[in-house]
Amino acid sequence: MSEKSDLPQGTLDLLILKVVALGSVHGYAIAQRLQQVSRDVVQVPQGSLYPALHRLENRGLLAADWKETETGREAKFYRLTRKGRAQLDAEAASWKRLTEAVGLILRMAPEGAE
Amino acid sequence: MNWWQRLWRRKQIEEHLEKELRFHLEQHTNELIAHGYSGSEARRLARLELGGPEQVKEQCRDARGTRWLEDLLQDMRYAVRMFTKNPGFAVVALLTLALGTGVTAVMFTVVNGVLLKPLPYHQPDRLVALHEKTETSNQFGNLWAFAYPNYIDCEKESQSLTMAAWRYNGGIITGPAGAEYIDAIQMSSELFSVLGVMLPLGRGFRAEDDHLASAPVAVISYNLWQRRFGGNPAAIGSSVVFDGQSYAVIGVAPAGFRVNDNDADIFTPLGQDPSPALQMRDRHPGIAVIARLHPGVTLDQARTELALIGRRLAQQYPQSNNGRGFVADPLRPEVGDVGATLWLLLGAVSLVLLIACVNVASLLLARAVSRERELAMRVALGAGRGRLVRQCLTESALLALLGGGLGIFLAASGIGPFVALWPGSLPRAQEIHLDWRVTLFAIAISLVSGILVGLAPALRAPSRDLERSLRAGGRTIAGNSRRLHSAFVISEVALAVVLLVAAAMLGGTLVQLSSVNPGLQYHNVLITRMAMSPTTLANPPILPAWKNALERARHLPGVESVALVDTVPLREGNNQLAYWPAPTMASPTDAPIALANSVTPDYLDVMRIPLLAGRFFDDDDRAGNELVVVIDDVLAKQAFGTQNPIGRRVWIPSTSSPFSPVREGADPVRVVGVVGHVRYWGLAGDDQAHVRAQFYYPFAQVWEPWLRRWSELMSIAVRTSVPPSSIVGPLRKELGGDQALYGIQTMEQLVSDSLARQRFLLLLFGIFAGLALLLACIGIYGVLAYLTSQRVPEIGVRIALGARPADVMWMVLRQGLGMILAGIGTGVIGAWAAGRVLQHLVEGMRPAGFSTFAITIPILIAAALFASVVPARRASRVDPMTALRQD
Repeated sequence: MSEKSDLPQGTLDLLILKVVALGSVHGYAIAQRLQQVSRDVVQVPQGSLYPALHRLENRGLLAADWKETETGREAKFYRLTRKGRAQLDAEAASWKRLTEAVGLILRMAPEGAE
Repeated sequence: MNWWQRLWRRKQIEEHLEKELRFHLEQHTNELIAHGYSGSEARRLARLELGGPEQVKEQCRDARGTRWLEDLLQDMRYAVRMFTKNPGFAVVALLTLALGTGVTAVMFTVVNGVLLKPLPYHQPDRLVALHEKTETSNQFGNLWAFAYPNYIDCEKESQSLTMAAWRYNGGIITGPAGAEYIDAIQMSSELFSVLGVMLPLGRGFRAEDDHLASAPVAVISYNLWQRRFGGNPAAIGSSVVFDGQSYAVIGVAPAGFRVNDNDADIFTPLGQDPSPALQMRDRHPGIAVIARLHPGVTLDQARTELALIGRRLAQQYPQSNNGRGFVADPLRPEVGDVGATLWLLLGAVSLVLLIACVNVASLLLARAVSRERELAMRVALGAGRGRLVRQCLTESALLALLGGGLGIFLAASGIGPFVALWPGSLPRAQEIHLDWRVTLFAIAISLVSGILVGLAPALRAPSRDLERSLRAGGRTIAGNSRRLHSAFVISEVALAVVLLVAAAMLGGTLVQLSSVNPGLQYHNVLITRMAMSPTTLANPPILPAWKNALERARHLPGVESVALVDTVPLREGNNQLAYWPAPTMASPTDAPIALANSVTPDYLDVMRIPLLAGRFFDDDDRAGNELVVVIDDVLAKQAFGTQNPIGRRVWIPSTSSPFSPVREGADPVRVVGVVGHVRYWGLAGDDQAHVRAQFYYPFAQVWEPWLRRWSELMSIAVRTSVPPSSIVGPLRKELGGDQALYGIQTMEQLVSDSLARQRFLLLLFGIFAGLALLLACIGIYGVLAYLTSQRVPEIGVRIALGARPADVMWMVLRQGLGMILAGIGTGVIGAWAAGRVLQHLVEGMRPAGFSTFAITIPILIAAALFASVVPARRASRVDPMTALRQD
C-alpha cells in the first residue's frame, strides 16, 4: 500500500465524473473501475468515495436512480447530468493545461542547470 | 431534489444511504469470497476498506448541504424534549426571561416612541426649524423666535427652502353648546404642504387666504369635527365662532395631526391676525418657522442662503435687525427633560434583564454539569465539539426566544398602563406603539441573552477531558464549576444592591422633599384660567371687566379671597425679566434675572405668603401712580445685601418692561415690600433652579394696550373655606356665559404633581429592586441547592466522621454568606456610581448616605440568608449511609 501515491486534492471529483461519463454505474463499480483504471497506482479511499458522490449529486453534476443490477439486486446508479458534462469538460481541459505546464517546467529543469 | 425536499424526506434519504453502503459492502464481500477468502475474513476486509460506516454516513450527510438545518431541527426537538422532561426548570427559566425581556421591551417601546422615532411627517429628515440668532447672547441665550415680517421676507427670498410659520393661539369657541376653551394654531398657508399632510376632507389654506382682508376661513381638527359636527361632511362650508370671529370651515385635519407635538382644535391663517404687534420686527409675539429643503439642496446651502438674507435685512432695517441673522437646524421633536428619565429607566430595566440572564445561566450551568456524563458519552460516540456547543446554544437560544415571545406579549399589555401611569403627559404619547423596531429589539435582546446564558455551559461542557468525566461518574468534578457559580451569585447580589440602594435613595429623597415648605399654604386654593369674553377683549378698558369677575367670585359662598396671577407657583410656564440695580448698566446683557409675576392686591392673602417687611399692593397702585414692586427675600439679598430694601429702587430695562412702550433706558420701580420666597420651580427643583429671585408687580400698572395679551396669561386664584373642588360648579355658573374657565387645578394637586416624577421613579425602582431581590434569592437558592447536592457524598463522610448537623449547616451557610458578602462589596461600588447618575438626572436627589446602606444591606442579607437556609438544612439532614452508597 505504501508504494501507492495519494490522490491530489480535488482530482477525485474529476475521476468520478470521468468514470460516470462512460455510462450509468453504481458506487461499488465506480470504486472498482477507479482501482483498475489507475492500475493500483493511485489510492482511492473508499470511505471518501461516497461523500464525494453525494456532494456531486447535491451540486447537480450527477443524478441518481435506483435500478436493478445484472444480479437482480437493487442499487443506486449514478449518471452524468448536462451540467456535469460541462463541468467534466472544463475540469479535464484545465487538468490537461496544468499537467502540460508542470511537465514543461520539469523538462526545462536540466537546461536551467547548465 | 431541492433543499426542502431533502429536509422533509430525511427518513427516506437515510434509508437509501444505509442501503447503498450495505450494497457496497456485500458486493465487496462477495468478490473477496470469490477470490478465496473465508466469509468472516472477507466481511472484515470489506469493512476495513470502507472505513467506519457511521463516519462515512456522517460525511455523506455533511455533503448534503442542508446539514446545519437538519441539526438545528434535531437540536430543537432535543431541547423541547429536555424541557418537557424537566418542566419545573423550563417554566422558571421561561418566566424569568419573559419578565426580563418584557420590562425591557416596554421601556424600549417608550424610548423608541418618544426619543428615537422620526417625526410623523413625510420625509422628516428634509424638515428644518428656523430661528433668529443674535451675535451677542444675553441671559436668555441667542436664539429667538421669528418676527413675522422677517419670516415674510425670508420666505419671499429663499430659493432653497419652502417655509411655513405657526403660532399657538388658544381661545373660546362659542355655539349652542356654550363657550368652550380650545387650543388653536395660527399658521401660514404653506404649513400643511410643508409637513406633507393631506387633509381627509375639504382643503387647506391657499396663499390668498393668508391676508388681513381675506374672508375668515378655518381648518378644524378631526376631534372637533367629531365633537361639534358629529363627523358630518356637511361641516365644510358651515361656520364656527372662535374668539368672537365667525370662520367658514374649509377643511378637516387628519386624526392625530399635531404640529411638532402641539395639539390644536382649530387652525386659522396667521396672516389674518389683526394684532399690530405681529407686524413689528421687535417686541413682537414670536412665531415658529418650519421649512422643507428643496430637492437636492443641502442643509449647508440653505444656511448660507439664510445668512445672506439676514445680512441684507440687517442693512435694510438696522434698528431691529442689526446683528441679527437666521439659522436652520434639523427639526427635532420637543420632548423636554423626559429623555434623561427614560434613559435612566431603560438602564434600570437592563439591570433587571441582566439579573434574569445570570439567573437562567446559573440554572443552565447546573444542568450542564449534571449532564456532563451524557455529553462525555456523546463525544465518545463521535460528536464533534462544535456540534455540542451548537446544541447547547440552540437549547438556550430556543429558551430565550420563547421567553422573548412571551416578553413581547407582556410588553404589549404593559405599555398602556405604563403610559397612563406616567406623571403628567408624556410627550409624543400617541406615537408609542409596539412596532417592528420594538419587535426587532426584543428578538435581538432575546438572542443575545440566549447566547449569553448558554455560553457558560456550552463552552465548558465539551472541553472537559473525556476520560476523566466518564471515570469520575459525576462525583468529584462538581468543584470545578463552583467558581463560576459563585461568580453568578455575586453578580446577581451586586446588581440587586444597585437597584435596592437606588430605590432607597429615591425613597429617602421623597420623604425629605415632602416635608419641604413650599413658601405658601396650599390647602384650599383653587386655580383656574379664564378666557375672557371676546367682546370684552375687543372693547377696552379690560381692567374693570376683570375687577367685576373677581368681585362676583368673591361673593360666592365658601370663597374667602380671590386674586389674579400670571405665573402660578409649581405650574408650567413662567415669565422672567431682567432688572438693573442702577439706572444705567454698562453691559445690559449681564443684568440679573428674576421671575416676574403680575398679581392683584389680594394675591398674598390667597396664597398666605408671609409679608416680611413693608407692604403689599393696594388699589392705589394703578396706572399713573408711581410704579411699585414687591420682592422676595432672595432678590432682596441679591440686590441689596444686608441693607433695607424698602423705598429703594430697581430699574426694569424697557426692551421688555411691561409698564411702558419706550425702547430705551429703563423704567424705575420702587420696592415697597419684601415677602417670603416661594418654591415656584417645585419642591424638588427650586434649590437648583437657575433663576430663583422673584418680584411681583401690580396687574393694574401694566401698560394699557398690553392688557389684552396679559389677559390671556392670567389665572384666577381662589382661597376657600370649603373643599376647593366644591366651588368649581358655582364658579363656572357665575363667570360662565360667553367666557370659559379651563385648566382648573387645586394648589394641593400642583404641589403633589411637583414630586410626581420622583414618586413615579420610586415606584418603578421599588418594583425593579423587588424583582431583582426575588431573582437574586432564587439564584442563591438554586446555586446553593445544586452545589450542596454535589457535595452530598462529602457531607456524608463528614457526618460519618462525627460532624454535627449544626456544623454541616454552618458549612453551607458560610459558603452562601461568602458569596453574598462578596456581592454586596461589589454592589456597593456600583451603587455609589449609580447614585451619582441619579443625583445628576433627578431633581432634588440627595446623595446616598450611610442610612441608605444601613437600611438596604440588612434587608438583602436577610433575604439571601433565608434563601440559603433551605439547602443548608437539607444538607444537615443527609443520611451518611445513603450518601456513601450513592453512585
